[in-house]
Amino acid sequence: MIPARFEYHRPADVASAIALLSEHGDEARVLAGGHSLIPMMKLRMAAVSHLVDLQDIADLSGIRIEGGRVTIGAMTTQHDLIVHDGLAQAAPILREAALQIADPQVRYMGTVGGNVANGDPGNDMPGLMQCLDATLHLVGPDGSREVAARDYYEAAYMTARADDEILTAISFDVNTGGYAYEKQKRKIGDYATAACGALVTMEGGTCTAASIAMTNLADTPIWSEEAGAALVGTACDTAAIDAAVAAATAAIDPTEDNRGPVAFKMHVAGIIIRRAILRAVSRA
Amino acid sequence: MTDQTPISREDRVEKLKGVGSQRKRVEDARFTQGKGNYVDDIKMPGMLFGDFVRSPYAHARVVSINTEAALKVPGVLAVLTAADLAPLGLHWMPTLAGDKQMVLADGKVLYQGQEVAFVVATDRYAAADGIEAVEVEYSELPVVVDPFKALLPDAPVLREDLEGKMVGAHGPRKHHNHIFTWEQGDKDATEAVLAGADVVAEEMVYYHRTHPCPLEPCGCVASMDKVNGKLTLYGTFQAPHAIRTVVSLISGIEEHNIRVISPDIGGGFGNKVGAYPGYVCSVVASIVTGKPVKWVEDRMDNLMTTAFARDYWMKGKIAATKEGKITGLWCHVTADHGGFDACADPTKFPAGFFNICTGSYDIPVAYLAVDGVYTNKAPGGVAYRCSFRVTEAAYFIERMVEILAIELGMDAAELRRINFIKADQFPYHSALGWEYDSGDYHTAWDKALAAVDYEGLRKEQAERVEAFKRGETRKLLGIGLTHFTEIVGAGPVKNCDILGLGMFDSCEIRIHPTGSAIARLGTISQGQGHATTFAQILASEIGLPADSITVEEGDTDTAPYGLGTYGSRSTPVAGAATAMAGRKIRAKAQMIAAYLLEVHDNDLEWDVDRFVVKGAPERFKTMKEIAFASYNQAIPGLEPGLEAVSYYDPPNMTYPFGAYICVMEIDVDTGVHEIRQFYALDDCGTRINPMIIEGQVHGGLTEALAIAMGQEIAYDEMGNCKTGTLMDFFVPTAWETPHYTTDHTTTPSPHHPIGAKGVGESPNVGGVPAFSNAVHDAFRAFGLRQSHMPHDHWRIWKIANGLGLHG
Ligand SMILES: Cc1cc2nc3c(=O)[nH]c(=O)nc-3n(C[C@H](O)[C@H](O)[C@H](O)COP(=O)(O)OP(=O)(O)OC[C@H]3O[C@@H](n4cnc5c(N)ncnc54)[C@H](O)[C@@H]3O)c2cc1C
Repeated sequence: MIPARFEYHRPADVASAIALLSEHGDEARVLAGGHSLIPMMKLRMAAVSHLVDLQDIADLSGIRIEGGRVTIGAMTTQHDLIVHDGLAQAAPILREAALQIADPQVRYMGTVGGNVANGDPGNDMPGLMQCLDATLHLVGPDGSREVAARDYYEAAYMTARADDEILTAISFDVNTGGYAYEKQKRKIGDYATAACGALVTMEGGTCTAASIAMTNLADTPIWSEEAGAALVGTACDTAAIDAAVAAATAAIDPTEDNRGPVAFKMHVAGIIIRRAILRAVSRA
Repeated sequence: MTDQTPISREDRVEKLKGVGSQRKRVEDARFTQGKGNYVDDIKMPGMLFGDFVRSPYAHARVVSINTEAALKVPGVLAVLTAADLAPLGLHWMPTLAGDKQMVLADGKVLYQGQEVAFVVATDRYAAADGIEAVEVEYSELPVVVDPFKALLPDAPVLREDLEGKMVGAHGPRKHHNHIFTWEQGDKDATEAVLAGADVVAEEMVYYHRTHPCPLEPCGCVASMDKVNGKLTLYGTFQAPHAIRTVVSLISGIEEHNIRVISPDIGGGFGNKVGAYPGYVCSVVASIVTGKPVKWVEDRMDNLMTTAFARDYWMKGKIAATKEGKITGLWCHVTADHGGFDACADPTKFPAGFFNICTGSYDIPVAYLAVDGVYTNKAPGGVAYRCSFRVTEAAYFIERMVEILAIELGMDAAELRRINFIKADQFPYHSALGWEYDSGDYHTAWDKALAAVDYEGLRKEQAERVEAFKRGETRKLLGIGLTHFTEIVGAGPVKNCDILGLGMFDSCEIRIHPTGSAIARLGTISQGQGHATTFAQILASEIGLPADSITVEEGDTDTAPYGLGTYGSRSTPVAGAATAMAGRKIRAKAQMIAAYLLEVHDNDLEWDVDRFVVKGAPERFKTMKEIAFASYNQAIPGLEPGLEAVSYYDPPNMTYPFGAYICVMEIDVDTGVHEIRQFYALDDCGTRINPMIIEGQVHGGLTEALAIAMGQEIAYDEMGNCKTGTLMDFFVPTAWETPHYTTDHTTTPSPHHPIGAKGVGESPNVGGVPAFSNAVHDAFRAFGLRQSHMPHDHWRIWKIANGLGLHG
């Protein structure tokens, strides 16, 4: 469990970090909280000759809530999400989800940016960001650009981010509707067997907006437009929820692992999705 | 000398903190402050670090090993292979089970993770780079992970070194992958009973492969002093003296030139009983380089290569009358030992004490056969927090009784009650050859059932089933019952030895002039709190406060010879030695007191911490006064000083027992369980420190929870270990751990000097069937008989799915 030799860099601003990434190409990787990357290096499954630690770049941390928009710096830790007062009002689903990530030790170190940027299908934040329709802010040698979370993930560990780009922040609209993040896992510290985020807005007994996204049920997070559509315009009665669950489960493609075979995961996913929707509706 | 002892007898008893006191653990001050001294904390000048190149394949021929590139890695000093060890005869080593094991791959590998080469470097970073640079060419061979397939006629030959050898350490071998057959009991009589029985319940019960997974993995530091010829070996050894003897036997270094030291050990649970290639390679590397060499496993090494536990396929048949009186028990075990038979069992017991499998029941006739089998899995088969194979036995009988209850349509608590050995039947001779020392099962059982309101629970369960059938709930309620009987404290030298070393244990006591003492034992604590409890035993025996007694273990240069700590043997054996040595001290103290008080020995009586002249309570000498006198008085006919040593050979094992009840809610849709209540009644005989007992019970139950509900070492068809990290190998956190209610009855052991039986392992032994039975019981109303552990989410889901509960 000892990584191969590497050079350690600790730039003080984003420009220097990007310069290092450009210089070293695919030999370089940024280091955030290290709780995904360092285990991979220790197992020698990732060989990184140049580690570019982002922790000295102050601009990359912090949570801002302004004009109905939430912006979270990439280096904000998962723990910060849990203890931030304003965020619990502006997007309570984030806190609920963050509390279900790993354990406190991991959350003190693990960052939102690392969790979102990584492209690990087990990570909870990507599905959540798709659920919230978040925008990812990337900066590279050619300047900055924005990518929708719903367009960012291509396959396991394959994303729209270029090797020399850094994720600086994530932003999304304040969301105060009904919410729920349901996750089944084997124990504290485990990735999801099945997880689902649900956001439901109801006005006068009718659903006006709904967004459903799932974690660890395919090689990318899955946002199901059809599942949300099945709820919008209904009273979220049993028939509508059945339709939403059917649409969501049709979109997933889990694989067998130590958590269980595909049939089990498909079944549990259906249950978890239903529970997420029901709880979100009950809070809407 | 003026004596400050408070007058009241109660005060004097309390001040001793002897047997029965809730004395706080003296070890915890250093552990809770991070000041423990574990093997990886040991640093010596010039120390090198060794680590292994391990096989990625489960079964392959090693075609070639090229170390050239590795030797060029900065910091790498040497790379040892079997070819280097062969001239010393050290490329293979004996196992504790009478087999032999490769130290480094000799032509082939038999399991994934097997040690192939040992890289010695200036630090562990360089060693890791060196490992990557060693080029090994393998040619893959067909893999066998299923012990039943391993015994097919055309199964690949795993142990080519044994080809043609049709007799092994434990008798005839039936097949090239067969290790031994071990038979107990009366086959013909048992089969006759089965043939004529009203009811026979038959089932295959699998106790899956798991791993003790101590917090601290295995490791050592070997230091060969070439000037004086002395080898010092620090290591995570549960049996330091036995390790010294083994090292001497296989290295040829004389035993007085070997000093083995077990420093603080971060949990053992059986994982640290055996001898591992890392120890041999470190010793050889230290001899070769003249420098101290450290080897410490990482978590994956530990889970994948050093001593697993269980992996028993237990086929059972249990016969009974219509009324539920058990008339006979038949069992056949297929035991998967992996690539080498490296079980840590007493020599004459290749399946340990599995013949305790008649459990708490008065079963007139029984038969048992165990077949040991080689497969392409890691070796081991150690007693994971249990006496040798006792956990497997307890699980087997506690499942068979539940299955018999189903067959008879009876309540499982009632079935147990009518079959328990009765209090007046002790000492009880079991059909499979043991003499149970003492017990009162009915009292314990009734107390347990009353404590949980058993009747009420059954009513609630029946209502739940109805509500489930009406579609009002998706949760079922399981009531997991267990009454276990252990056999611990190995053991009488006449039938228990390891490598020919009798399984006695020892204690040596020195009383200092000012009335404090040091006691040294042949055992070694791995978290059990020996320094606390052995001082308590002694305090009660010799009347000096436990706080004034140092307990020291683990250094073979200073401690008396003993067989170490595992199989709950410390209290039954070394604890007995401590009491007996204490009594020798007291006997001499009595003579000194008699001299000082100018009376005859027989005129004195012992009173807590002093000898008092019978009928003259004002005339006494305290132990503290006597201790001083032993150093400053010339007493005719007595040697100066106050010391004693005892080597204790127990006349019998001890038989702790207990009644555990687990109440579990099960979500049939997700397979998620929730433990609503867990009640654990333990009877470990005399209770030395109730707080330590409670801690042991909590810890053992949590391991049992892990094993029953998710923990396993699993392999795929290619022999790849799928559970090599703590992400997949389940170790519960505080979150998954339920609240436990502990309780007790006290039935002392009649043959142990203070009546104590040992408790450290009971909760693992009794806990696993309690959790597993709860899962099974939840589905009993829907027709479930047997479903193998671990009961993780998907396997519970699979039960529900198979019973048609998903619609
Ligand atoms: C025991 C354990 C349990 C866990 N359980 C969960 C869980 O249940 N759910 C869950 O979601 N996660 C879980 N995690 C993962 C944890 O949340 C990680 O911390 C997180 O996924 C990655 O964040 P990090 O800051 O540690 O990133 P790092 O490990 O530092 O980086 C991860 C990857 O992202 C890249 N990266 C990081 N930051 C940026 C950036 N700003 N721009 C571009 N690329 C970047 C890195 O180069 C690297 O490739 C667990 C981790 C552990 C160790």
